[in-house]
Amino acid sequence: MTTTDNPPVQEIGRDRRRKEDRRLITGRTRWTDNQAITGLLHISIVRSPFAHAEIKGIDTSAAKQVPGVVGVYTAADIGADAVQLPCAWPITKDMKSPQRPALAGSRVNFAGEGVAVVVARSAAIAKDAAELVEVDYDELEPVLDMEAALADGATLVHPELGTNENAQWVFDSGEAGSGGSAAEAIAAAEKADDQVVVRRRFRQQRLVPVFMEPRSTVVDPTGEQLTMWSATQVPHILKTMLALTLGLPEHKLRVIAPDVGGGFGGKIAVAPEEVVTLLVAQKLGKPVKWTETRSESLLTAHHGRDQIQDLAVAVTKDGQIKALDVKLLADMGAYLGLVGPGVPILGAFMFNAIYKIPAYRFDCRNVFTTKTLTDAYRGAGRPEATFGIERMMDEVAVELGMEPMELRKKNWISHEEFPFTTVSTLTYDTGNYEAATEQAMTMFDYDGLRREQQQRRQRGDVKQLGIGISTFTEMCGLAPSRVLGSLDYGAGGWETSSIRMLPTGKVECVVGTSGHGQGHETAFSQIVADKLGVGFDDVEILHGDTQSSYRGLDTYGSRSLAVGGIAIVKAAEKVVEKARPIAAHMLEASEDDLEFTAGKFSVKGTDKGVGIADVALAVFAAHDMPEGVEPDIDAHATFDPENFSYPHGTHLCAVEVDTETGFVQLYKYVCVDDVGTVINPLIVEGQVHGGLAQGIAQALFEEAAYDESGTLLSGTLVDYTLPSAADLISFDTANTTTPSTTNPLGVKGVGEAGTIASTPAVVNAVLDAVRQYGVSDIDMPTTPYRVWTAINSAKGTSGRGDEADVASPGAGLGSTASDISKGDTQGGHL
Amino acid sequence: MARIRTTVDGLVYEDDVEPRMLLVQYLRERLGKTGTVIGCDTSNCGACTVHLDGLSVKSCSVLAVQANGSEVLTVEGLERDGQLHPVQQAFHDNHALQCGYCTPGMIMQSIDLLGDNPDPSEQEVREGIEGNLCRCTGYQNIVRAVQDAAQKMKPGAHASTSSSAAAPVAGGGA
Repeated sequence: MTTTDNPPVQEIGRDRRRKEDRRLITGRTRWTDNQAITGLLHISIVRSPFAHAEIKGIDTSAAKQVPGVVGVYTAADIGADAVQLPCAWPITKDMKSPQRPALAGSRVNFAGEGVAVVVARSAAIAKDAAELVEVDYDELEPVLDMEAALADGATLVHPELGTNENAQWVFDSGEAGSGGSAAEAIAAAEKADDQVVVRRRFRQQRLVPVFMEPRSTVVDPTGEQLTMWSATQVPHILKTMLALTLGLPEHKLRVIAPDVGGGFGGKIAVAPEEVVTLLVAQKLGKPVKWTETRSESLLTAHHGRDQIQDLAVAVTKDGQIKALDVKLLADMGAYLGLVGPGVPILGAFMFNAIYKIPAYRFDCRNVFTTKTLTDAYRGAGRPEATFGIERMMDEVAVELGMEPMELRKKNWISHEEFPFTTVSTLTYDTGNYEAATEQAMTMFDYDGLRREQQQRRQRGDVKQLGIGISTFTEMCGLAPSRVLGSLDYGAGGWETSSIRMLPTGKVECVVGTSGHGQGHETAFSQIVADKLGVGFDDVEILHGDTQSSYRGLDTYGSRSLAVGGIAIVKAAEKVVEKARPIAAHMLEASEDDLEFTAGKFSVKGTDKGVGIADVALAVFAAHDMPEGVEPDIDAHATFDPENFSYPHGTHLCAVEVDTETGFVQLYKYVCVDDVGTVINPLIVEGQVHGGLAQGIAQALFEEAAYDESGTLLSGTLVDYTLPSAADLISFDTANTTTPSTTNPLGVKGVGEAGTIASTPAVVNAVLDAVRQYGVSDIDMPTTPYRVWTAINSAKGTSGRGDEADVASPGAGLGSTASDISKGDTQGGHL
Repeated sequence: MARIRTTVDGLVYEDDVEPRMLLVQYLRERLGKTGTVIGCDTSNCGACTVHLDGLSVKSCSVLAVQANGSEVLTVEGLERDGQLHPVQQAFHDNHALQCGYCTPGMIMQSIDLLGDNPDPSEQEVREGIEGNLCRCTGYQNIVRAVQDAAQKMKPGAHASTSSSAAAPVAGGGA
């Protein structure tokens, strides 16, 4: 018998280089658009140039004449207007849901909505012919501003709903019994001599996820099972939703997410184009491909964020927070996405953040506008909440004349207080905000930079230094199914894994998560290697194909490790338990005398042993099984977490603001994140880097801006300004570790942490540099134009800050540029 | 249709192409060179970067007919005798990719950069790859990888054809 003489080194915690790299660095990739099937047809979608219009007629005759065109279809021709694309999260019983068709039939509700589809033998022919489709529109008034949309007499996006309000969702700790009444506490504070109430309005601008791989879908209807390849994060959800939405038998569908080039929430969808591709393929009985252009992607793939936040904090003059009141307006866009209405609600639990707040109220109104719909984007609700509270902490500190970190320390949950049940009813299992903060401040040289800041101020340097803080936590690892049920979410939050023990000792581990850049193959292999005592290279992770992985809830909400990874652990434990009686039989020993370590069952106190691979081979032969034991040690497990995962950390940012040009240059960025047990430090660091880049980009660079007619101004990568390498700096990252107590690995999610934490740190830093001139707020993104205008309008040296700012990226309707110069300037600096 | 003759990753091809066909479309749709990908339609993202006669170009910004008589090198042609190019190896060693969609273009641009400047500073790397967008990594490990490759490629090996300085073949090993 072969046994493991040298126990493998511990894989968990090791900085393994990624298994998935080899294909990706040599171009041996399988993106959906790479699919080439004989007879494949290509589609191009004709899209509305208007934000809001009646469709009076569509003339497809010229397009049909183009050689190579197979068909040109309006919505009615393929039944696309009758489709109701799903929203899985009805947040209230009386939520207003418009029908969301796959192609618009009689009215378009955002610029870019599809109205017809051209099918041709090549993508180029399809695109040429699409230009020839004549659509006759009667323009309607666009609905662009959330507050105007809620006013009496407003033009309605969907007249049949009778309102532009999708839903109102309220949490009140006084009513929930988890705290006092925020309204009462704020009213009392207004009368009290020793308290103040700080009120601010913040704008969460609209963003676009901008995954690098444009969306693409191929549908092949020629087999018994209709097969869809799609650049999706959610192949399992997509399959079930297609069955429910289109009435297709679920067992006749197979969905494959092959190599998927990023998602960041933007590929959590049942996209109209996926449905159109499927309907066309069914109609023609031929394989059909749709691949979007980048402009189509920016225009029509769902956007994220887009909130107006009105916050009020009651606080004693010595810095003890008494109450927090949050009123949100959240722009849903023209329709409801798969989880769109629930995104701001995820923030409801996070505005109170790491602080002990005795009274809390959250009131969110979701609003329809004639813009692209919004849905999950990295962090989904939690970046918005973290921005709100962390900006507010700095505002309160300014108001009270306190050092901003001291204010935070005075209010945060101390490490002795865990587990801690918050005012929004979550129970944080573990954390140590003091430890992360102490390490971050040391790495940052906080005191040294404050001195440098002071010196630059005294010298009146052109480049002033600003320092910003974000001490954040978040809820991730979506999610306990019972919690999702209580929030009226349409599915559970469990995750599944199956482990197949192959006769030669190799292992196939099937997972229900669907990685698209996270490094799952590597990290999950490390877990399997440790739990089964097999080699890292002897494990294959199978995912993203509903035929091999029939059960799963996919990848989003930093859940793949914190939920999916635990399902792997549970499946591995079942493998070991199924192998145990067989090993005992092979060793002629009692099961009770066996111990399993490093891949080997040993008889305690002897050198007798048998490896797990030997058991797999014995089961394959099945010549000599113990009585009544099936010849199979494969196992399947589903894990449903009892709680969310609560990573936290302290992020510190220093920026240089050029006071003559308004240009903001990152100067130093330090973050210390506690993500629990680390499976692979290399991957964790990479996740943090990428998350930071996206959060910083919200602060400095990105906005999906619309003009007054509802046309997206930032509809190409020329106008939607992703940061390049030259726009960013190297970040100093580190970890503290308080293992989670709600899962056996002690892990917490990490995928969204950097994005959630970083945005307010950067904006707080920018403001910290320019408050000395009387600037009180600058809308994101804090472009040079906005910063320059804010400085000059505060100084009174230039025009007013509320002049229309249409020239700079990110400026546009819905921006609250007028807030730049609003009267309640605090002046001074932190 | 126009007749073109190109050498792509060491093989000679002759094809009739539409004059408007982009080089990236020719590579992907006609030659099956799907390692080179399309990320945008405005030449901002650089995902389609290849070498044309030894210099990096965004292959969405070159017509296939302009490549007539030229030599094209894509990410698929970098390996020599099963050995990764040092820049490929460095991307693996330094965890310089996540989803991998920008990676082919990023590697080709990095090789071009190192051809011009064999020992770039961090800022020179950042500026040298600023025409290539990545949404996953925050660029930090890409910068690290390019500088690592620069060290491994010393002394003097020509970047785009060198295999002599190649680091060990990528395995699973850390």
